Amino acid sequence: MSIQRKGRFGEFGGQYVPETLMNALIELEEAYNKYKDDDDFKKELEFYFKEYAGRPSLLYFAERMTKDLGGAKIYLKREDLNHTGSHKINNVLGQALLAKRMGKKRVIAETGAGQHGVATATAAALFDLECDVFMGKEDMERQALNVFRMRLLGAEVHPVTSGTATLKDATSEAMREWVSRVNDTFYVLGSVVGPHPYPAMVRDFQSIIGNEVKDQIMDKEGRYPDYLIACVGGGSNAMGLFYPFLHDTEVKMVGTEAAGEGIDTEKHAASITKGSIGVLHGMKSYFLQDKDGQITPVYSISAGLDYPGIGPEHAHFYESERAQYVPVTDNEAVEAFKYLTRVEGIIPAIESSHAVAYAMKIAPQLPKNKIIVINLSGRGDKDVYSVARYMGVDINE
Amino acid sequence: MNRIEEKFSELKANNKKALITFVTAGDTTLEVTKKLVREMEIQGADIIELGIPYSDPIAEGPVIQAANERALKNPIKIKDVMDTVKEIRTEVKVPLVYLLYFNCIFQYGPEKFFSHCSKCGIDGVIIPDLPFEERGEIEDIADKYSVHIITLVSPTSKDRIERIARNAKGFLYCVSSLGVTGMRSEFNTDFDEFFSYIDRFTDIPKALGFGISTPEHVQKLRKYCDGLIVGSAIVRQVEKSTGEEEIIKNVGNLVRELRYALDD
Repeated sequence: MSIQRKGRFGEFGGQYVPETLMNALIELEEAYNKYKDDDDFKKELEFYFKEYAGRPSLLYFAERMTKDLGGAKIYLKREDLNHTGSHKINNVLGQALLAKRMGKKRVIAETGAGQHGVATATAAALFDLECDVFMGKEDMERQALNVFRMRLLGAEVHPVTSGTATLKDATSEAMREWVSRVNDTFYVLGSVVGPHPYPAMVRDFQSIIGNEVKDQIMDKEGRYPDYLIACVGGGSNAMGLFYPFLHDTEVKMVGTEAAGEGIDTEKHAASITKGSIGVLHGMKSYFLQDKDGQITPVYSISAGLDYPGIGPEHAHFYESERAQYVPVTDNEAVEAFKYLTRVEGIIPAIESSHAVAYAMKIAPQLPKNKIIVINLSGRGDKDVYSVARYMGVDINE
Repeated sequence: MNRIEEKFSELKANNKKALITFVTAGDTTLEVTKKLVREMEIQGADIIELGIPYSDPIAEGPVIQAANERALKNPIKIKDVMDTVKEIRTEVKVPLVYLLYFNCIFQYGPEKFFSHCSKCGIDGVIIPDLPFEERGEIEDIADKYSVHIITLVSPTSKDRIERIARNAKGFLYCVSSLGVTGMRSEFNTDFDEFFSYIDRFTDIPKALGFGISTPEHVQKLRKYCDGLIVGSAIVRQVEKSTGEEEIIKNVGNLVRELRYALDD
């Protein structure tokens, strides 16, 4: 008996989850399909985007950076200016409103750098939902400030010690928790990863980024950009920027992967550059793994990109050559972090710095009439400690 | 007919129920696994599940997660497990079933994987992260080598039960309650309702698993189904015992008690 396989992007995606979760995913998909085109739902989400998250986020012409690099014009999509400091709030507001519509009283989330956890805890406070966040023990140490923020917001943060004690294991643990309390719990997944319908749903909620860019760049330049550049871990900020431009084939899309200490070392998180096709966390996509399918430990200075896989639609964009994925090292990201801070007075998240770094590489080689849009997915306040540590500066009193 | 069907019809003829036991392969070494399988057969296990250790076992609770981590420290390859099963098969008659995550099959190569299963004497596979909708990818290959894909139903499956039950092979793995594998003190599922619903669609043997850990559980739950599956409680014995001899002895004792409770 053959059944239509759902939620596929080419061969990628799918629903590789325990049977206990299948009906929950089906219910989620039905609820999402019902509400995504529902006027009341859309209106309410727009209200919170505007009045609470501070949307639309600015599209800023980085004039000094453009002049300094001497090539293409560079625009920054300022997702760092959103409430809670990153693009994560877009998706979380969407999912939290959906959770409420579905009558769920409790939300759970995984988090790496803590941005998604903070966004989820924020929405839980706003909508009066119980909130549990799963976070790798190692990440809790790297991002102690975000742990405290989540606790202040009323969330319970559960340290995950299994495996490598980072984002991958936090995701596994959140899925285990969902299996245990699937009836009253809504799993707010933070990226375009996981089983269907998450990759499509998160993409849709994040597409506000690219849709705004379309309007904003038309206003400022009267045409679409030549390049879109965004960092990819799971890939939600990149997908949010890219997806609305999918059919505008003159617009090139570049995702920057975390190359850590270099793709020729073992310490990186470059799933497309160095990975192979596999299945984890409910989806078929590209993963860093050995020949037996064991997922290999990953590394990046950025806890938000420290994930051994990538969203299935990105895998499809890669295979179909709609987008390009390039590795950026810790060192390049830190240099970009410092550069943008000095040249534009904007401290980017270390994740977003990976995108800035690639723009710095290509902008000088492009003619002045070309346009680059960088997704500045988050602000870098949370990263000041780890960048200081990287630079060998001790800022502890 | 593969060994699983033979076993269930033999049990039925003798008016008995199946005791299905589990260990993680390579916990603590493959040599220990070999001895454990033999011991469990001697003490009355009817079907034995071998877990192939995986880096990200999302359906497992803490006890089996820890077993996976212990086994992977060796480090253990699927090929090594296959070789061990081949040796085990020369001495052991009970059906042997792998429990493993889909990525392991996918990377090994489905064709090669099921062909090796068949050569080594594996009778079925349980893939906790491969729901009914996704199994088309490997179903024909598994059939070709007469290895059963054992499917699962859970209390949340509801209207999905019909499709899954009608297409089940070997036995139907019935999940006792919400959550991951591991010991539970109580079960909140209405088993009368759960099993009578399943029975509307299939005559295939039904085995109940997840959380069953004591002889008391076995006695209380045996009336609902054709077999009971005990995993974490056995792995817990491996975990808390020191040295090969003690591991074999403690696991053997538990399996004997469970057998006794099931037949009593």
